[in-house]
Amino acid sequence: MNKLSLKTFTLLQTVTSVGLSALAWMVTGVRPIWSGSLPSDRQRIYFANHTSHGDFILLSACLSERERAITHAVAAGEYWGKSRLRRFIAQDMLSSVLINRQWTKPEENPIEIMLSVLDQGHSLILFPEGTRNMTEEPLLAFRSGLYNLSTARPEVELIPCWIENMSRVLPKGQFLPVPLLCRVVFGAPVAVGPGEERRAFLERAHATLLALNPRPERDD
Amino acid sequence: MRHEISILIIGLLAVLTTASVVATILSARAPKPLSSTLVNLTQRINAWWVMVALMTVAFFFGRYGMTILFALISFAALREFVTLTHTRRSDHWVLLGMFGIIIPFQYWLVWTAWYGLFVIFIPVYCFLLMPAITALHGDTERFLERIAAQQWAVMISVYCVSHVPALLTLNVPGFEGRTLLLIAFLIIVVQGSDVLQYIFGKLFGKHRFSPNVSPSKTWEGLIGGLVSASLLGALLSFVTPFSPLQAAAVAFVACSMGFLGGLVASAIKRDQGVKDWGHLIEGHGGMMDRTDSLVFAAPVFFHIVRYFWTV
Repeated sequence: MNKLSLKTFTLLQTVTSVGLSALAWMVTGVRPIWSGSLPSDRQRIYFANHTSHGDFILLSACLSERERAITHAVAAGEYWGKSRLRRFIAQDMLSSVLINRQWTKPEENPIEIMLSVLDQGHSLILFPEGTRNMTEEPLLAFRSGLYNLSTARPEVELIPCWIENMSRVLPKGQFLPVPLLCRVVFGAPVAVGPGEERRAFLERAHATLLALNPRPERDD
Repeated sequence: MRHEISILIIGLLAVLTTASVVATILSARAPKPLSSTLVNLTQRINAWWVMVALMTVAFFFGRYGMTILFALISFAALREFVTLTHTRRSDHWVLLGMFGIIIPFQYWLVWTAWYGLFVIFIPVYCFLLMPAITALHGDTERFLERIAAQQWAVMISVYCVSHVPALLTLNVPGFEGRTLLLIAFLIIVVQGSDVLQYIFGKLFGKHRFSPNVSPSKTWEGLIGGLVSASLLGALLSFVTPFSPLQAAAVAFVACSMGFLGGLVASAIKRDQGVKDWGHLIEGHGGMMDRTDSLVFAAPVFFHIVRYFWTV
């Protein structure tokens, strides 16, 4: 952000976000299925299954322009922070939050970084599997970030989002997307119960997300 | 040709206006909340306004407009079709080729009126090379099912649909420069038949035509729709090279094929466990839900005209 003036910066992000949403619609005809939650300006953490680099584009294409402006995807700093170009794409164009999964210095603590974004009143898109799922399993086990964030900021809604078909649109190692119809199913908010253990909560959130898959037999 | 086009447009506007008025009156008089049938009816009519507007715009751009419009329709239909089929990672290049090569090339053949290659490019070259590429990838899991679905997808969504703009390449003596009207005739008659079957079915439908395949298709709807659509064809003979009787016969064949197309599409949807192909057109479903009848009618109509009316 240092070299760009703030105005150019906001313009760049708006153009990128409108452009990517339009592209997502042209390729996948993406549409949201609100099943248990509704579009809202409330502060939220959208947590979704992760199979492709296009996942968060699809998810944010389902949000309104206003929500999109304050919603940031959490991305891996090891990958997106590697070169200046990647950093520019991830941070300046897509306004994502970069975190390092292997961190040493206290200021790199992923939870602290994400909490600081939440404390600005912004929302997050989180992929709790921690990495793109390249296995035959429909959904990998969740890492604890979701639990830590929710216990630290219980007022933020956790919305499970199942992203359909993206693994077929853009399979592992491919750059060109195949046009296929995609839906994003937004489920009912999940919250950590009183005294609920980390593991129990993560397993419950995992099961809730998995249950949103509208066509389980298709995911192969 | 301008004269005929004006009449068609005025006629369509009159029909749509009547439909909207009737739907508004029905909705005003019906108990609230409105039944899903009435809500859907209004959605369908509104979507028809948009579709007719889009077709009219494309019509005024002539050969460009038609070729581009139907290439886009193929894209939307193919996307819906492939989404329903079983695909695997190893199919990626074949699938990309279907969208990136087969659609543009087939419509380029339409554009250049290269009839010889237009009719065989997909059924010969694509049908042989697509499974070959799949086999070269070495993934034999559900192989036959995958290649069959891919071939049927391009057959339906690309090959059949491309026969609509291909009507512009036909050389009918005494009808030069007016082939756009053949497209108008085909679309109005076939889509009109769908609408008429829907109306007759809703009003008089009692006996299911094929309960296993499509619960909404009835004998009353089919017969009423086909007869009235044939009459509509005769009425529209002034925009065609056909006599009124010929126009009725051609319309009857096209609409019968259209009915079968709808039946086949319903069977595929039922097999895949979905109600609609997609959600592109409010109230109607996806692109394939609206074009399933045209898809079956277009090639047959094309070859009837080509065989009997061209030199």
